[in-house]
Amino acid sequence: MNYIAIKMLMGDTGKYIGIVMGLTFASLIMTQQPAIFTGFIARSYSFITDLGLPDIWVMDTKVQYIDDVKPLQDTELYRVRGISGVEWAMPLYKGTLKARLADGTFQNCNVIGLDDTTLIGSPPVLLEGKLEDLRRSDGIIVDIDGATEKLAKPARVAGGKQIPLKVGDTLELNDKRAIVVGIAKVTRTFQSQPVIYTTYSRAISYAPPERKQLSFVLVKAKQGQDLHKLTQRIRANTGLAAYTRQEFMDLTFWYLMKNTGIPINFGVSVGLGFIVGAAIAGQTFYNFTLDNIRQFGVLKAMGASNWVLLRMILLQALVAGSIGYGMGVGLTALFGFAMRHSILAFKFPWQLLVFSGTGVSVICMFAAFISIIKVIRLEPAIVFKS
Amino acid sequence: MNIAVRCENLTKTYDTGEQKVTALNAVNLTINLGELMMLVGPSGCGKTTLISVIAGILDQDEGLCELFGENLLTMKSKEKLRFRAQQIGFVFQAFNLLPSLNAAENVSVPLIINGVKRDVAKRKAIEVLESVGLEDRWKSFPAQLSGGQQQRVAIARALVHSPRLIVCDEPTSALDHASGHNVMNLLKEVALHKDRALVIVSHDARIFSFADRIAEMDDGHIVNVR
Repeated sequence: MNYIAIKMLMGDTGKYIGIVMGLTFASLIMTQQPAIFTGFIARSYSFITDLGLPDIWVMDTKVQYIDDVKPLQDTELYRVRGISGVEWAMPLYKGTLKARLADGTFQNCNVIGLDDTTLIGSPPVLLEGKLEDLRRSDGIIVDIDGATEKLAKPARVAGGKQIPLKVGDTLELNDKRAIVVGIAKVTRTFQSQPVIYTTYSRAISYAPPERKQLSFVLVKAKQGQDLHKLTQRIRANTGLAAYTRQEFMDLTFWYLMKNTGIPINFGVSVGLGFIVGAAIAGQTFYNFTLDNIRQFGVLKAMGASNWVLLRMILLQALVAGSIGYGMGVGLTALFGFAMRHSILAFKFPWQLLVFSGTGVSVICMFAAFISIIKVIRLEPAIVFKS
Repeated sequence: MNIAVRCENLTKTYDTGEQKVTALNAVNLTINLGELMMLVGPSGCGKTTLISVIAGILDQDEGLCELFGENLLTMKSKEKLRFRAQQIGFVFQAFNLLPSLNAAENVSVPLIINGVKRDVAKRKAIEVLESVGLEDRWKSFPAQLSGGQQQRVAIARALVHSPRLIVCDEPTSALDHASGHNVMNLLKEVALHKDRALVIVSHDARIFSFADRIAEMDDGHIVNVR
């Protein structure tokens, strides 16, 4: 009977496509929108994930997320270095500074100041130049997206393409000269601002003078150290906040979840997609059952039990659901692939497959349920009506 | 025993909410094996209700209906389904073929319902299609067949599982005169034999001559059997 169920489902091509398209749409919305949301949120802590070496981030206790920098006194660095279990501790400057572009306009940039000696906190991938060149006079490394987009030089002719910033070009940061010595690949930030790497001392010189300048202390634990115990020791000894990398990512994530409208905005899109998808797929599937009600009546009259008919409808829902789900997920993956070099945030973890799979299953179960009720209540004597 | 169907004082009333309609009123009827019984009468006289009760797809309110000595009313629903699947073949007025299945697949449906494997059922279906003269059309879908050919497929479907009772509801009403005659000839030749009974509901006077006996119905009664 499974074969008959499948043939019935696919027999009417128009309706079959309608059911599958409804489910595809639902599946697409339930994966694409959350994938953008996940990508967006992941960007909020991309700076933390890009910095692979440190185990622990030390900061002011009032810091709520990665971009909420509350500077520390430089002496805090030495206090952290003195705590047992710390392999090394390095300073990191993180601030927003204005860069003056060649055409006279200004662009806000994330400026990262790395420890002058070790350069710990450097960008994950260097496309051009050498990291050591940061030690050259006025040396900075610019991220590739910033270099080709927001920091790019104006086109030579009106309407032409902008000229990407390259090694050897100069910028002005707070009226001070900066020379591009390298181009790096970094994960885009939440605000999609250009990222500029330089040494800690040079970053301080670019920044407006303040009493406190140290943004974070990056800590590497000695081998075999329990990171949670070490963070507790740092807190107890310095009175500062100390988080493992994952804890700091979580802190940033939950700040955005609780204090911005982002989850609600995306939640509404996903919810609407679910409702519209459920309505289209449910209605089309129910109509399909209604159109085939006489055929189900014939099968019932010929001795097919309600259980057999129930299995047939469930199979039809399963097949339509699987195809719709697969197409929706496939389209989302294609979308992500097509947008991989764009500014769009997109991240597609396996959990989203489970989420949308569950959503599509619920829609199919709902569609199958209303159809099953109709078929179970069906009087087989319907077949004798002309 | 050569009695296929025995109905005694069959009564069936439909409650439409506003009024009650008595479709069968103390109907008595016996149909023998090897017999082609035709139920005739005006529209709304209860013919379809009677074959629905005889075929076990509708329960009577009162009275007895035995098929081959079995009382369907006292059977459990599973047993009744199995009995219907094995013992009864249906031919419908509107053919009621599944449009997405080809002729052989349509014919094999009763076998599949009875648990026969699809490939075995298909082979058997093609054999039966040969017996109704459609050996070269077994791959055709209902939409590709004429009305007469579709009804022949429906007859093959009613015969394929060798049921002992075949119930036909207006089998010629959707066909022209020649096709209707062909279908009746076929039913008589292929479907009818000593171990099987045929009940045909019809108000098509052109085919009355094919019946062994005719039961005339009116207003829920059998008024005459000739």
